Amino acid sequence: MSNLLNVSPSPHVHGKESTQKLMLNVVIALIPAFITSVFYFGIGAIIVTATSVASCLIFEYLIQRYILKKPLSITDGSALVTGILLAFNLPSNIPVVIVIIGSFISIAVAKMTFGGLGNNPFNPALVGRVFMLISFPVQMTSWPVPKGLGTGYLDAVTGATPLAVIKEGIKNGEPLSKLMQMIPTPSQMFLGDMGGSMGEVAAVALLIGFIYLLYKKVITWHIPVAIVATIAVFTTILWLVNPEKNADPMFHILAGGVLLGAIFMATDYVTSPMVPRAMLIYGCGIGIITVIIRVYGAYPEGVSFAILIMNAFVPLMNAYIKPKRFGEEVKNG
Amino acid sequence: MLKTFRIGGVHPPENKLTAGIPIEYLPVPPNVVIPLSQHIGTPAIPAVNKGDHVKVGQVIGTGKGFVSANIHSSVSGKVSKIDLAPDSGGFKQNAVYIDVEGDEWLDTIDRSREIKREISLSREEIVKRCLESGIVGLGGATFPSHVKLTVPSGKKCEVLIINGVECEPYLTSDHRLMLEKGEEILVGVSILMKALNVSGAMIGIENNKPDAIARMTELAAASFKGITVHPLKVKYPQGAEKQLIKALTGREVPSGKLPLDVGAVVHNVGTAFAVYEAVQKNKPLFERVVTVTGKKVSKPGNYMVRTGTPLIKLIEAAGGIPENTGKIINGGPMMGKAVSNTDVPVVKGMSGVILIPAEESVRKEIEPCIRCAKCVSACPLSLEPYLLMTLSEKSMFERAEKERITDCMECGSCSFTCPAGRPLLDYIRLGKSTVIRMARERNLK
Repeated sequence: MSNLLNVSPSPHVHGKESTQKLMLNVVIALIPAFITSVFYFGIGAIIVTATSVASCLIFEYLIQRYILKKPLSITDGSALVTGILLAFNLPSNIPVVIVIIGSFISIAVAKMTFGGLGNNPFNPALVGRVFMLISFPVQMTSWPVPKGLGTGYLDAVTGATPLAVIKEGIKNGEPLSKLMQMIPTPSQMFLGDMGGSMGEVAAVALLIGFIYLLYKKVITWHIPVAIVATIAVFTTILWLVNPEKNADPMFHILAGGVLLGAIFMATDYVTSPMVPRAMLIYGCGIGIITVIIRVYGAYPEGVSFAILIMNAFVPLMNAYIKPKRFGEEVKNG
Repeated sequence: MLKTFRIGGVHPPENKLTAGIPIEYLPVPPNVVIPLSQHIGTPAIPAVNKGDHVKVGQVIGTGKGFVSANIHSSVSGKVSKIDLAPDSGGFKQNAVYIDVEGDEWLDTIDRSREIKREISLSREEIVKRCLESGIVGLGGATFPSHVKLTVPSGKKCEVLIINGVECEPYLTSDHRLMLEKGEEILVGVSILMKALNVSGAMIGIENNKPDAIARMTELAAASFKGITVHPLKVKYPQGAEKQLIKALTGREVPSGKLPLDVGAVVHNVGTAFAVYEAVQKNKPLFERVVTVTGKKVSKPGNYMVRTGTPLIKLIEAAGGIPENTGKIINGGPMMGKAVSNTDVPVVKGMSGVILIPAEESVRKEIEPCIRCAKCVSACPLSLEPYLLMTLSEKSMFERAEKERITDCMECGSCSFTCPAGRPLLDYIRLGKSTVIRMARERNLK
């Protein structure tokens, strides 16, 4: 044997977890949602996801290689996750060029300008998505109707999302009871049989992913539960106050991007708080802002904006919300 | 439900390879080097001169001051020199070199195998005997035991806790001791109870040692009133004093305070055994059980070894250093120290020697922090390791002090759990020692 011994300080053993494995687990948790989106929206879902993932990886590679001239880290899986999540927030009939522009904003502007993985204050996929929503409002809001495993892509039949139907109808003074008959039933919505972003429609698939992430200890329950509970409580109050103008809580949770946002977007490690108590506050904030935008704002949907707004508060929360330290309160019992 | 501490903790692979291997006595080596500082506190003053003949158990170093401990010869023979010798941490310190001649013990030591249960010494005599016998905490911290047995006025020990947790992976010395010397340990616990004037003691053992739990429970129930055995759910670092007190009693030792501030005193099972031998057999502390283990080690085992024995003798007994060994650890893999030299002597605080293969001895590549918060949830003291690391890295020590960096006990759970392989504890140690130095300088002003 060689006489040289390694004398690095303790601990001398390390866990098996790695950034790459965590990211891969997120990808695995997203598979059910991907399957349902292909099932409902056909080939378009595959084209949009593939474009988004490929362009996110390529942009990260090019920037690291030629601009930052830093060691490559595209294998860590974070760009892959961003690519999938960006695609899941888009309608399945969106032109490829727009997807590439959105990926560029996500990776180049929202992530790499801040120093890459671990340093970005805002969720990259959501920055890309919101940029696209503001820049290409028509393409971003022509939602294809779920048609089953079709080959329709750009020519898919479009229709409004349940959230848009309700928003538009209430604005025109129509009674909610009539509007509710125009949208899918709660069980259809639970299974994902409705118009919307390709990854957000099937609550059942997202919940399977959630259970997987909890089981693998990738995320904790705090943020998703705080968001969904806040939305449930807030919308229940509004619904009880005025059931003819405000939809019920079940509708608010199943429609739109609440579950996708709560489970996969708001729990993004880099842009969410570090301490459980702060995670709950962060989740509550997202829930409140989402409902305010949905009920009182101009957009029918507000999850993306809510998460981005709360992202801005994360550094503040990390600085001021501290865990209760061991031995802080003396308990003798 | 089994008890455990609530905040943080990790589950490193246990690898208790030697749990089923009985304790074996290691032959006395031809020469020993006995360091005069094998404890926390002031080093002992040499009590012998070059050329002196010493017997097994004879005092060769006298403790200086209250927080110090006597050092005894572990062999009989001739003092060849008193000189500096590197310890397992690589630092040089005073040590007594002895060339072994035979194995002649002091006549005062009772070498019979008979278990003596009757405690004839008074409370004061017990503390005095521990002091004379050089008893220190054998769980690893080597804090002089007589200090912990001397309850300052105004404080009261309400509960004696005996630590049989052995939460470090690989180590099995306490486990074997409980199986083979259970009765002696329980007499030792009774002695500690008498010294601290308490009527009961709680022995905490993690439930990965069901045989030890069964054995100790049976012995305690049969004839030791007041001693209870408590199985604990496996979680590292349960053997840490504050975590064990929390698990067993629900009490939280406040930051910067001692267990006695919540009425608890914690002693290790190994220490209880040493106390038994000192008080009942008049045998000072000069040998201990050391686990020698590792995945590639050909004959891993638990060895009763005299202090001052060169580490290499111990490793040779276990089959020698395997090919391709990358690291040798003194202690457990979570908190032990890597040794740089295999000639260093075995000391009172050495609970295990682990030989780690080269491929497991190198760290992961450091990746950027992804702020996953796993270090925050792993920290048993609910600190924020990611933040303490950054503050230390950027030399923001005042802020680190406010974030309670000095609470850190260096258990390594944060570095263990970090998916990005970040050296959290390395930086926290740096910050902690700087903050402690700053605080000391401030107090001097």
